[in-house]
Amino acid sequence: MASDNYEAIIGLEVHTHLATRAKLFCGCSTAFGAPPNQNICPVCAGMPGTLPVLNRGAVELALRVGLAMSCEIAFESVFARKSYFYPDLPKGYQITQYELPLCRGGRVELPPDREGRSRTVRLTRIHLEEDAGKNIHTGGASLVDLNRAGVPLLEIVSEPDLRTAQEAGAYLRELREILRYTGASDGRMEEGSLRCDVNVSVRPAGSEQYGVKVEIKNLNSFRFVERAIEYEVGRQIEALAAGATLTQETRLWDAGRSVTRPMRSKEFADDYRYFPEPDLPPLVVAPAWVAQVRAKMPELPAERRTRFTRELGLGPYEAGVLTQQRELADYFEALAAQVTNRRSAANWVMTEVLRFANESNKPLAEAVSPAVEAAALLRMVEAQQISLNAAKTAFAALCAGWQKGEHKSATDLVAELGLTQVSDEAEIAAACDRLLASESVKVAEYRAGRDKLFGFFVGQVMKAMGGRANPKVVNQVLRRKLQS
Amino acid sequence: MANALNDLTITEARRLLVERKISAVELTKACLARIAATEPRLNAFITVCEKEAALQAEDADRCLSAGDAPPLCGIPIALKDILTVRGVRATCGSRILENFVPPYDATVVARLRSAGAVFLGKTNLDEFAMGSSTENSGFGPTLNPYDLRRVPGGSSGGSAAAVAADQCLAALGTDTGGSIRQPAAFCGVVGLKPTYSRVSRYGVVAYASSLDQVGPLAKSAADAALLLAAIAGADPRDATCSARPVPDYTAGLAGEIAGVRLGVPREYFGEGIDPEVRARVEAAIKALTAMGAKPVEVSLPHTRYAIAAYYLIATAEASANLARYDGVRYGVRAGADNHLDLYRRSRSRGFGAEVKRRIMLGTFALSAGYYDAYYLKAQKARTLIRRDFLDAFERCDLIAAAVSPTTAFGLGEKTSDPLTMYLSDVFTIAVNLGGLPALALPCGYDGRGLPVGLQLIGPAFSEELLLRAGHAYERCGFSRRRPAAL
Repeated sequence: MASDNYEAIIGLEVHTHLATRAKLFCGCSTAFGAPPNQNICPVCAGMPGTLPVLNRGAVELALRVGLAMSCEIAFESVFARKSYFYPDLPKGYQITQYELPLCRGGRVELPPDREGRSRTVRLTRIHLEEDAGKNIHTGGASLVDLNRAGVPLLEIVSEPDLRTAQEAGAYLRELREILRYTGASDGRMEEGSLRCDVNVSVRPAGSEQYGVKVEIKNLNSFRFVERAIEYEVGRQIEALAAGATLTQETRLWDAGRSVTRPMRSKEFADDYRYFPEPDLPPLVVAPAWVAQVRAKMPELPAERRTRFTRELGLGPYEAGVLTQQRELADYFEALAAQVTNRRSAANWVMTEVLRFANESNKPLAEAVSPAVEAAALLRMVEAQQISLNAAKTAFAALCAGWQKGEHKSATDLVAELGLTQVSDEAEIAAACDRLLASESVKVAEYRAGRDKLFGFFVGQVMKAMGGRANPKVVNQVLRRKLQS
Repeated sequence: MANALNDLTITEARRLLVERKISAVELTKACLARIAATEPRLNAFITVCEKEAALQAEDADRCLSAGDAPPLCGIPIALKDILTVRGVRATCGSRILENFVPPYDATVVARLRSAGAVFLGKTNLDEFAMGSSTENSGFGPTLNPYDLRRVPGGSSGGSAAAVAADQCLAALGTDTGGSIRQPAAFCGVVGLKPTYSRVSRYGVVAYASSLDQVGPLAKSAADAALLLAAIAGADPRDATCSARPVPDYTAGLAGEIAGVRLGVPREYFGEGIDPEVRARVEAAIKALTAMGAKPVEVSLPHTRYAIAAYYLIATAEASANLARYDGVRYGVRAGADNHLDLYRRSRSRGFGAEVKRRIMLGTFALSAGYYDAYYLKAQKARTLIRRDFLDAFERCDLIAAAVSPTTAFGLGEKTSDPLTMYLSDVFTIAVNLGGLPALALPCGYDGRGLPVGLQLIGPAFSEELLLRAGHAYERCGFSRRRPAAL
């Protein structure tokens, strides 16, 4: 296949809202979903004579992200004006950082894939800037909502270190987790709090030179990022294989048709006339501030992965899956602390918990019954009071109830559903006797050497006891009775 | 002693008000009457706030009677129409904002309000403070009270003319490249451009953000001191505003100027300066010397790059600052089918020729490929100019020079040639690039009876010394002639 002869070079520019309560340069709320133009003031509406004043809380969150990604923090960084006309840009310029960003360099370690291979993506820079408002087009008219204007954004620019759509997806997921772990952002792409532009080029495999770069905009979900990259890489390879030349351009992802298409030239300007923002003094970040932020840093996904493998004895892949969402890892840790067998806790989270979380499409805390109930179930399994299958049945019922707002205890539910395991030998022996008496032909066949029939007898006893019998005891009793 | 109440200085009026010999209502009425009588000829105001002023004066009288009067209680003041007053339209002298009513007070306005001042109205200016004659106003030119065929200077021409014509006791202006000092000189009043960052810029509609500064225009240095004390100081709404404590400028007036080293920059007394202006300024330096100041020759060699640097930096900043006037949220909005046409038509209709010229100049200076050659080069020149001043202030305490090379020029005399107009700011612009404070003082009259302005320039945050020197000069026998033209 032609694509094997080419290599894709991918770099990402990620914009994320920072989880501050106030906007970057005024005191307005950043709350999502307010009625249009509710969270605005003269400053973020760009009224004449108003001035920006930097929200230091946003800088603190940016520092956390910068430190989490091992960036070099600039002692002095400078805000700049980026000029362009658009109705959702109230001042006619965006305040951003240009020549001197807050963070330079840095890297993100991707979690290991199924084969255990991990990868490091280098960063170019991270800087602070303000978001624009939103244009809403309704039959014939365009309306402007400035609620989002001035909300703090962090732009995280990667080096062109990614090679596949899957890697880009893994990078984005890891980035989102770092943002969540540091409390810098909720990382919700659907609310526009995480947005992504992609730079893609291809080159013949083994070549050292970069090909012609194409920028793809308008990507608002991880899935679209991956699909757009796949499409764009395919398009470029096809063009090159056919002997065509590519042009450096900006393309838009058309989600409806699942293609990228060239942006009309009017849709972007290429001369932003950057110059230092005279209304803001240079941002000075004293080493003491950095030290303070560093001291308060929470454990990060990569550190947690290492701890899970070293201290809890998990494999690198398992540790990767469990740490891919902060809430999932928290759930696992809560569960593991309450049971003896950590591996069974890990398996439980990776299968049962993840399944209900994914199926419900809700945040983990709303989708899944609390870890304390799962722990109760696992302890009952460990104590042989219920079977593993019964635990799964009980957990499914608990989660279904939890999603509807009911909160039952595992113990009550197991009792209610009659899932308690019977280990009483007398009761099991009586059931075995009844079965063997009614199946005298099969008993004779078994004794004549058809060993396979043993499973049949176990199954029948279990069935007769409504699945509640302790299979171990059933096995022991049956074997004894059939041997005698 | 003045003839009418509106002729009073703030210092005089304050005494009479506190002693309850006059009322704030009477004082305000006298000013409003003078405005009504002279405005048809002068055109110093764009908006007169008769009702609001009357209400504020009544409030002031209540405070005065209660013996609880803040420092400017009942003092009628005019505001350059580039400062925002809640609920009063702020045009900036531009048609593009002719209907714009801001819902917020500028910090300086809020401070004057809490100091008890009465706001008479908003004064005329060159559109967005871009000009040196007030002829670039969208609301017609203001005339010079000393000669109605001449300009009052600009861009704070309305404020200067209003003070000179005794329409108010004092006024606020803004100074980006001489816009307080040059009209103060042309109209024979005191004008102070404070150190950049001394006074908050919140609510001051931006022309060139790194240069703009608000300051007083008054009838005496003592009045300027009172106003500066009221408006200066840290502001949480302006990140560039200094946190340095504000001294008691009025107390500072009392000191001596004996021993103050007075720098005389040779570059400011050479070619291009009108001989009569030069003679009056030199006489003023002699008068200060007689009081004990010691003249020393200094040099500001990079002043010759000041105008070029200024017209790159100021216009670059202006090109971004004025981008918000797009017809989308406020101001003139031309009918259009799409947003690009909306911008084009609204801006074409709303802005005057000089503003368009400066936006284009600034846009060009910042364009890809030209940034290094123009904007960056200008910033380097600015650094050299700043260094000139630092070097000079190693050898002197204040610098003395003319405010402007000429006295007030005729209406229409320079409008056809922007470069000649720009050159009238040759002595004031370097001060803005250096971020320094400077005081303009009337120091005599030329043969036509037109006022001549002395400029005293100080190091950063030397307003106290500047005002003391100005006050000392006023006491040595110079007396202000009231304009005869009205």
